[in-house]
Amino acid sequence: MRKVLLPTIIIIAASLLVIRIFYLQIIDDSFKLKSENNAIKKVYDYPERGYIYDRNGKLLVANQPSYDIMVIPREVKKDLNIAEFCALLNITPEDYHKRMEKAKVYSPRLPSVFLSQLNKNEFAAFQEKIRKYDGFYFQKRSLRDYEVDYGANIFGSITQVNESQIAKNPYYNSGDLIGRQGVEESYEEILRGIKGVKYIQKDKYNREIGSYKEGRYDTIAVAGEDINLTIDAELQKYGEELMINKRGGIVAIEPKTGEILALVTAPSYDPGILVGRQRSKNYTLLYNDSIAKPLYDRGLLAEYPPGSPFKILTGLVALQEGVVNEQTTFMCHHGFSYGGGRFMKCHGFGPHQLHNGIYNSCNTYFGQAYMLTINKYKDPGHAVDIWSSHVKSFGLGQFMGYDLPTGRRGNIPTSKTYKRIYPNGGWRSSTIVSNAIGQGEVLMTPIQLANMMATVANQGYYYTPHIIKKIEGEKIDEKFTTKHVTTIDQKYFPPVISGLFDVYNKGTAYALRVEGIDICGKTGTAENYAKINGKREKLKDHSIFVAFAPKDNPKIAIAVMIENGGFGATVAGPIASLMIEKYLRKKITRTDLEIRVLNKSLVSEYAKLGGMNAASAIESVPKDSVLQAKIVKPKVPAAVTAPKTEVKKTAVDTTKKN
Amino acid sequence: MKNQSVKNNIDWISVFIYITLVTLGWLNIYSSSLLSTDGTYQKQLIFICCTIPLIFVVLFVDGKFYEKYASIIFGVSLLSLAGLFLFGKTIAGQRCWYAIGSFTLQPSEFAKAATSLALAKYLSDTQINLKETNRQIQALAIMLLPVILILPQPDPGSALIYSAFILVLYREGLPSWYVWTAFITIVLFVLTLVLEPYAVIAMAFVVLAIIHFKGRVVDRNIILSGILLVLISGFVFSVDYVFDNVFKQHHRDRFNILLGKTVDMKGIGYNTNQSEIAIGSGGWLGKGFLEGTQTKGGFVPEQHTDYIFTTVGEEWGFAGSLVVILLFTGLLLRIIYLAERQKTKFSRVYGYCVAAILFIHFFVNIAMVIGIFPTIGVPLPFFSYGGSGLWGFTILLFIFLKMDANKVNEW
Repeated sequence: MRKVLLPTIIIIAASLLVIRIFYLQIIDDSFKLKSENNAIKKVYDYPERGYIYDRNGKLLVANQPSYDIMVIPREVKKDLNIAEFCALLNITPEDYHKRMEKAKVYSPRLPSVFLSQLNKNEFAAFQEKIRKYDGFYFQKRSLRDYEVDYGANIFGSITQVNESQIAKNPYYNSGDLIGRQGVEESYEEILRGIKGVKYIQKDKYNREIGSYKEGRYDTIAVAGEDINLTIDAELQKYGEELMINKRGGIVAIEPKTGEILALVTAPSYDPGILVGRQRSKNYTLLYNDSIAKPLYDRGLLAEYPPGSPFKILTGLVALQEGVVNEQTTFMCHHGFSYGGGRFMKCHGFGPHQLHNGIYNSCNTYFGQAYMLTINKYKDPGHAVDIWSSHVKSFGLGQFMGYDLPTGRRGNIPTSKTYKRIYPNGGWRSSTIVSNAIGQGEVLMTPIQLANMMATVANQGYYYTPHIIKKIEGEKIDEKFTTKHVTTIDQKYFPPVISGLFDVYNKGTAYALRVEGIDICGKTGTAENYAKINGKREKLKDHSIFVAFAPKDNPKIAIAVMIENGGFGATVAGPIASLMIEKYLRKKITRTDLEIRVLNKSLVSEYAKLGGMNAASAIESVPKDSVLQAKIVKPKVPAAVTAPKTEVKKTAVDTTKKN
Repeated sequence: MKNQSVKNNIDWISVFIYITLVTLGWLNIYSSSLLSTDGTYQKQLIFICCTIPLIFVVLFVDGKFYEKYASIIFGVSLLSLAGLFLFGKTIAGQRCWYAIGSFTLQPSEFAKAATSLALAKYLSDTQINLKETNRQIQALAIMLLPVILILPQPDPGSALIYSAFILVLYREGLPSWYVWTAFITIVLFVLTLVLEPYAVIAMAFVVLAIIHFKGRVVDRNIILSGILLVLISGFVFSVDYVFDNVFKQHHRDRFNILLGKTVDMKGIGYNTNQSEIAIGSGGWLGKGFLEGTQTKGGFVPEQHTDYIFTTVGEEWGFAGSLVVILLFTGLLLRIIYLAERQKTKFSRVYGYCVAAILFIHFFVNIAMVIGIFPTIGVPLPFFSYGGSGLWGFTILLFIFLKMDANKVNEW
């Protein structure tokens, strides 16, 4: 018995191995298909990508056919007439050898992309002759065809997948297209559909002899689905026009739904320049512009201390905590003294209650109210956490969960923040009073500002901002139809709103009234600094304006941030009021204001940062703009034309063939 | 003449299978590393050439040498393992190598032969009766000493190999409950990883209860059953602990892949998935020598070392795989046959050790490659790339062939 055990185990184990190998090699066919098998060729059928429409059904993004020339290097004949071949494809022989080498390095046996994204005309000549060239075949794909020349930051673009994406997601093969940035990225799986695959059996001479196992494993392509965005194309376009020669962002939200009506960043570019063969050249150009940063979506990413608009929340929290009421009065002596003889400056003077505190934007009032809020509790840490959770219930200090792939958290300080800054304690309400007026440790992005205004307009709730309105036949994500209620009681909103209303009637935005539309708004400025020649210098303030309208039954909430625009009412305010008028009335009555804004150029201000850079040449005004006629060509400051920063306009290939 | 006697008496069947396996191994290494530029198959050819003088030295040492100096060889081997902690070279996180210039040597590959000699020497003492607990402990100690030195390198693969000696000890009279315990341990281990610990204990309880009430009257010992349940619970929880706290993430991942807990074909499951694809694409007769697309495409990592069998499967198909498995099985059975006909207990035990060691390598390696065993770094004897491995197995085998050839002189 003892002698038999080991031989028995050996025989059983060997049989086990043989059975498993038999299963793998003979019974289970799926491994044969998965293998990059020479005997079976995979032919992909790429479905058309879904179209993108705006909220009113206007077509924004469609498709155009494109062709990739594929190559299997070891099947290419040695006696290929390279000169003729290159002439057909309009490439140089050097280019041919370079591409061939690259394909060989990838794999001599597997197909790789030889030349990508030819349009119909470029491909036509080659198509007739392709049979002559063994080892080459074409793969039809669909590329984007942009019906509009604005909204580049919203759409994002499509590009070939890179190695790490292929490694992460087995769906993609080398050469496949994938959405990058914007809705192309966030709705990639809906827009792209599912590619189909045909398995074709080849014999040992590499000839195709029909479909593998009667097409048992073939799959049919599933077309991509069309989507409607919440964007109002007209408003979006108008916003981009107003931002000409300025840098900054505009975010407009419909308060009742959280739908993003416009998401403007400036400078921007024509989305059409990132299509086809000129894509990589133009993308590099945009990418390398580290100063104007045309690929940086300021509406979502620009994080600044919001300044005065934050006083709205300071007031609401103070009311909720019961430390002030509408009648509470603070005396302003062009500011007020607090802890240890420090003084917070204010432009106002006299007694201030909540109402005139808001429309005069009185630092004294909100500084005092904030200190009362913090002093209500014995422990300032506890108090800050209570204040912080009130403020965060407006969606601040967090990624809001909207459906665009980029964003910033912003910052709302908590007791932890101050424990880190002051490890030995000793901080009090007076130490952190600058939070009251939206400075200190508070940071917000334009979309957070817009969402804050939408929440105020709704008197205490918001829906997560989103850009998707409709997916063909499907409901949008439930998280966009879930109400978020703030920790502030509804009864505290009307007095604040009435103060915001009087910003237009009596306060800082008096000059921006629109006849017949009740707008509630708030100006703001954000200090900012930049390194210029190695020195940290204070630049002109960023101009901020937040608003919603109409006062009763609000239809639009908006935040405008203009880099280095100065006081909030000078640039950001007019843009906000024009956007509101455009959206609610569909036409502009104050044409003089419109012309003034259009022609307002901050180029000379930006020149201090090192001149306008490459992308400035790409930055586009919508070409069919009726407003273009009204634009007076801005005087170009000397720094812009300085040779080192100059970029030749001709360097940019904006031709959209086809 | 000694020369004559070795030539006449050596078991040429084993030698023939050995040469065939080494040759096939090199052809597959050649195919899988043809496109790489670091001279893999050239180096392996040099390693193979070096085995020829090695074999001659092993065969022409006096037959009594191995038995006489078994303890000293074992001692030196243990020292070489211990020395790794001081002078070892770390490659890919494992401190398993001595480096002499660009040349590296892995002492654990030679320790297998040394341990086999030591165990054979110990058991060949006529006084030894493995029914005695003391003897069992001593025999197990010989087996576990190298394991203790190898585990922290860390090299769980090499350490696992030593469990094969249990089969040898069983042959020499170790009570069968050891084998049962080992078997149940493995079952419990796998069950614990697949299921929750409490579920496994509940199952053990049910099984013990059934044995208790349905079994023979003599088995109805409530205390024994209780102790067993406690032991099982302890084991189950320690497995759970070891798995979560001692194993490295990549070891855990490998078990999880195998147990179907994780499906991640691009990440950690990549190796096994790719090797299954490569083998699966082979079909009946394979794609032909040098024609493997997976092999050439470099899809299977470590293909010339632990995954060399994928090349066999892909290029030589089911037929080739079957030939290799039959060659191994034939060699193993032949060694056991030879061992049983030895006249001394020493050479019989040693022969068994050789068979057991080669078997566990063969089985674990191929089972891993075809996805029925977790990914553990165990080479395929005579096939996998690497000098230390090839020489270690060659020495292991030829010491036995020498003993076998010498048996006529042992009266």
